[in-house]
Amino acid sequence: MDGTLMPQADIAPLVEIEDLTVRFTSREATVSAVNGVSFSVKPGEVLCILGESGSGKSVTLRAMMRLLPEKRTTITGRITIAGQDVLGLNARDLRALRGGLVSMIFQEPMTALDPVYTVGEQIIETLRKHRNMSREGARARALDLFELVKIPSPERRLDSYPHELSGGLRQRAMIAMALSCGPRLLLADEPTTALDATVQIQVLILLRRLQRELGMGTIFVTHDLGVASEIADRIAVMYAGRIVEEGPVADILANPRHPYTQGLMASTVHGQHRDADIQAIPGSPPDLRRMPAGCSFGPRCPTSQPRCREAFPPISHPSADRMVRCFREGEEAKASF
Amino acid sequence: MSGVFQSAAMAPLEDRGGAAQPLLIARDLVRHFKVKGVGLGEEAAVRAVDGVSFSLFKGETLGVVGESGCGKSTLARLVMHLIQLGSGELIFDGEGVGAPDGVSVDDLRRQVQMVFQDSASSLNPRMPIRDSVAFGPYVHGKSKEESRRIAREMLGRVGLNPDLFGPRYPHELSGGQKQRVNIARALAISPRMVILDEAVSALDKSVEAQVLNLLRELRRSFNLTYLFISHDLNVVQYISDRVLVMYLGQVVELGPVDDIFSRPLHPYTRALLGSRSSMDPANRIEEPPITGDPPSPIDPPSGCRFRTRCPHAEAVCELTMPRLGQWLNRDSHVAACHMHEPGSGHTLAVGNA
Amino acid sequence: MTQAVATSIDTSWEADPAPAAKTRTYWQSVLIRIFRDKATLIFGTVVLAIVLLAIFAPLIAPFDPYKESIIGRLKPFGWRGHPLGTDELGRDMLSRLIYGARSSLLMGMVPVLVATLVGGTLGVIGGFAGKRVNTAIMRTMDVFYAFPSVLLAVAISGAMGGGMMNGMIALSMVFTPALCRIAETATAQVRSLDFIEAARATGARPLTIIRHHVLGNVLGPVFIYASSLVSVSILLASGLSFLGLGVKPPEPDWGLMLSTLRQSLYVNPIICAMPGAAIFVTSICFNLVSDGIRSAMDVRQ
Repeated sequence: MDGTLMPQADIAPLVEIEDLTVRFTSREATVSAVNGVSFSVKPGEVLCILGESGSGKSVTLRAMMRLLPEKRTTITGRITIAGQDVLGLNARDLRALRGGLVSMIFQEPMTALDPVYTVGEQIIETLRKHRNMSREGARARALDLFELVKIPSPERRLDSYPHELSGGLRQRAMIAMALSCGPRLLLADEPTTALDATVQIQVLILLRRLQRELGMGTIFVTHDLGVASEIADRIAVMYAGRIVEEGPVADILANPRHPYTQGLMASTVHGQHRDADIQAIPGSPPDLRRMPAGCSFGPRCPTSQPRCREAFPPISHPSADRMVRCFREGEEAKASF
Repeated sequence: MSGVFQSAAMAPLEDRGGAAQPLLIARDLVRHFKVKGVGLGEEAAVRAVDGVSFSLFKGETLGVVGESGCGKSTLARLVMHLIQLGSGELIFDGEGVGAPDGVSVDDLRRQVQMVFQDSASSLNPRMPIRDSVAFGPYVHGKSKEESRRIAREMLGRVGLNPDLFGPRYPHELSGGQKQRVNIARALAISPRMVILDEAVSALDKSVEAQVLNLLRELRRSFNLTYLFISHDLNVVQYISDRVLVMYLGQVVELGPVDDIFSRPLHPYTRALLGSRSSMDPANRIEEPPITGDPPSPIDPPSGCRFRTRCPHAEAVCELTMPRLGQWLNRDSHVAACHMHEPGSGHTLAVGNA
Repeated sequence: MTQAVATSIDTSWEADPAPAAKTRTYWQSVLIRIFRDKATLIFGTVVLAIVLLAIFAPLIAPFDPYKESIIGRLKPFGWRGHPLGTDELGRDMLSRLIYGARSSLLMGMVPVLVATLVGGTLGVIGGFAGKRVNTAIMRTMDVFYAFPSVLLAVAISGAMGGGMMNGMIALSMVFTPALCRIAETATAQVRSLDFIEAARATGARPLTIIRHHVLGNVLGPVFIYASSLVSVSILLASGLSFLGLGVKPPEPDWGLMLSTLRQSLYVNPIICAMPGAAIFVTSICFNLVSDGIRSAMDVRQ
C-alpha cells in the first residue's frame, strides 16, 4: 500500500455489486432484506451506506463477506471484489479473501475479539496464519499496528485481554487487527455507534486518517448522518432493502433529491428551533415480510401518487455522479419538505 | 389541565408548594456500589453518583447529558427510589421524600414516572399492551374497567389506535410504537414529573423525531416536568430548558440551555460540544477536542475528575475538588471548574486573568 | 380532542399487519392456540384416555387383575379371551395394565405437583426477594441437590418405611429442589427486566408484581420442566417398588410389573415389554402435551 491513492474516474472499481438480493427463509416467513442493490466502490474511496434499522445496510455488508448463515439465506446477484467473484468462491479462497483482501470491523468489538486470548495473541495469530510470519516478526508488526491506531503504551496493551480495555481502546485494537493483513477493502459496520461522543470522534478521525494513508476502499455502514458527513466520500441511502439515492456526500447533504433522504435530514435533530416541531417522517418502515407493492417508501411519502403503488421507480441520474429512484425526479414539483 | 384529561384519567395531584417552589430539589445525592476488587476479598466502590445536586422547576425540562458510566441512569433510579440513596436528600414540592413529616416513597411514585431506554424489555412480553398501560391505575385502586378506560384514552393520546393496538403484544409493535406505549404507561397514573432515561436513544432518527414531538405535545397538554436523560447533545439542546452535564458521577456544569450551548464554561462541556459533527463535509473535525476514554468510575481521579483528560489541568486540579457553586436558582449557570472559581489557585482562574 | 387528532395522524397511514384481534386475556389466547395445534390435541386426548382408564378401571378391565392361574402363565395375545395375554402368575395383562395406570399416574403426577407447588413458590420468592432470602432458600435446596436423585428417593422412603404414600413424599422431596431452581432462575431473569422496574415505579406491591408480571413469565419454564419430570417420576416410583419401597405386590403397577416380568424376558418378550410400552407412551404423551402448551404460552409464535 503506498501513498494517498485518490479516486479517479478511470480506475477500475475495487468493488462492484450488481443487483444483490438477500432473502432469509424460515418456517414462518421469507424476509426480503436486500432487494436488488447495485453500487461500486473505487480504490481508496469511502462509501457510506446510510439507513435505519432494517434497511438492509448491515446485511449487504455481511453478504459481501458471505458471513450470513448459508442454510437460511438466498443470495443472488453479483459481488465482485478486486476481480474476484465472491459468490462463486470456494471455502479456501473465501478464507483467503476474508483474511487478506477484505477486513471487517463491527459495532461491538467484544463480539469480534476472543475473550480468552490477549489482543496481542489474536493479532499475532492472524499474522502467522495469513502472512506466514515468525512469532517475533508478528509481534513487532502487531506493535507497529498498535502504534498506528494510537493506542497509548502499546507494549503493555498487547498483553491485555479484551475486557481489560476501555471501549475506545477495544475498538482501536479491533481496527489494528483488521488492518493486520493490509486489506484493500475495509468493511465497517457502525464501528463508532456504541462509543461515547468524545471517543466516537477520535475513532472516526483515526479511521479517516488510516483509510487515506493506506489507500483502502471503505464501506462504512451507519445510521448517523453526522458520522457520514465526517467520513464519507459518497453516500448511498438505503430504505427497505434498496438504495434510493446515491451521490457525493456534499451534494447529497446540500441537495437531497429523494423524499426519504429529505425526510431523514429534516428529522435529524440538529439545531432546530426549540419552539417548533421537528418535521418527522410519519409511520415506520415496512415489514420486510410483507413489502408493499411499488415504491417501498410510498406509504410514508408526502408526495406519493397512484403510480408509486404500481412499480418501484426506475433509476434516474440528475447529474453524472448521482442516482435517485423516485418517479418525481426531474419533474417540476418537489417534495414539500 | 385539559378537559379531556380530567374526564377519564386519574385526577392529577395538586400543586402544593406553588409555582416558585422547585418540583424537585436533589441535594448531595450519593450512591456507591460495591464491586469485587482486584485482590482476594478486596472491595472497591463504583462511585456511580457522587454528590449530585440540582433543582427541577415546575413545567421545565432539565436535560442530563454525559457519557456512559457518568451515573445518569443511576441518578434517575435514585430519584425514583428504585435504588436506595447512599446519602443526600430529595425534596419533592417542598417536602422531604421519605422524611417523617414529608412525602412517602409511594406518594412520590404516584407523582413521578419513568420511561426507560429499552422499549422492548420495559413491557411485559406476555401482556397485551392495553393491560400494561392499565396496570398503573389498577395498582392505584381503580377498578378493572376504569383502568382499561384510562388505558384506552392514554393509547389514543400517544397516537396509537386503542382498538387496533390495545390487544396486541409488545413483539407485534415496532420500536417507536413500543416507546409510545411506555409513554402511555407512564402517563396513565397522571404523574407530575416524568423521567425519560435515554427514552429516544434506541430509536431510528425518523421515529425519534416523532417521539420527541409527542413528548413536547404531552408536556404542554399535561403540564409535565421532564428530567430528560440522554447522551445526544442535539436532542438535549432541542428539548431542554436547562441542562446538567455529568462526568464520572458528578455535576460539572449546570445552566440554561442557550448559555450552555453558546458559552460552555467547563472544558468537558466544550469537548462534548466540539465532538458534535457539523453535518458539513467541507467543515470536518480535524482534531479530536480531547483524547482518551473516560476513566473508570471505580477509583476516579483525585481532585477534579476531568483533570486526566483536561487540556488546562494544573497542580490545583489534582489537589482539590472544584465546587459547583450556586446551583439552586433557575437561571444560574455554574461549572465545577477551578478556572471559574476566583482565587482557586489555577493560573487561568477568573480573578487572575 | 384536537390534540388527540394531532398525534393520531402518525398512525392513520399505518397498514395493519395483523387483523384486529378480539379482546382476549392472555390465558384465553393460550387456550385458543392449544386448540389450533392438532398434535397437542391428539396427544392430549391420549393422556386424557389414560387418565380415564385409570379412574374407571373397575368398569373397563375385562378380568380381575389379581386372579392367578397356574396353567395360564405368560400366554400370548388372545389366549382364552385374554386380549393381551397373561403375566408370570397367569393374571390378565390388559386388566393389570389398566389398573396399573392408577398407581403409576398417581406416583407420576402427585410428587411432581407437590414439588411444583412447593419448589415453585420457594423459587419465585427467592428469585424475587434476592439477597439473603434467596441465599437461605437456595443453599437449603443445594443440600438436597448434592445427592443423586435415585439414592435420595431410596434413602428417604427407606427411612420412612415403604408404601405408596411414603414413596410419593420421597419423590416430592427429590423433585422440589430442581423445580425450585428452575423457578428461581426464571424469576431472577424476569426481575432484571425493565418492566418489573417500571411496575415498581408505579408503586405496585411485590405480591401484585409477582401476580401480574412474574408468574406468567415463570410458569412456562417451570411447567415444561415439571411435565418432563412426570415420566421420570413414574420410572423412579417403579424403581422404588422394585426395591420393595413403593407399591407392594400383588398390586398392579407398571414399574413393578416391568421389574417382575423382567425374569420372563426369554419366555415371552412381547408380554414383558408391555408395561414398559405403557410407561413409554404415557411419558412421551405427557412430554409432547407439555411442549404444546409451552409453545401456546409463548405469545411470540
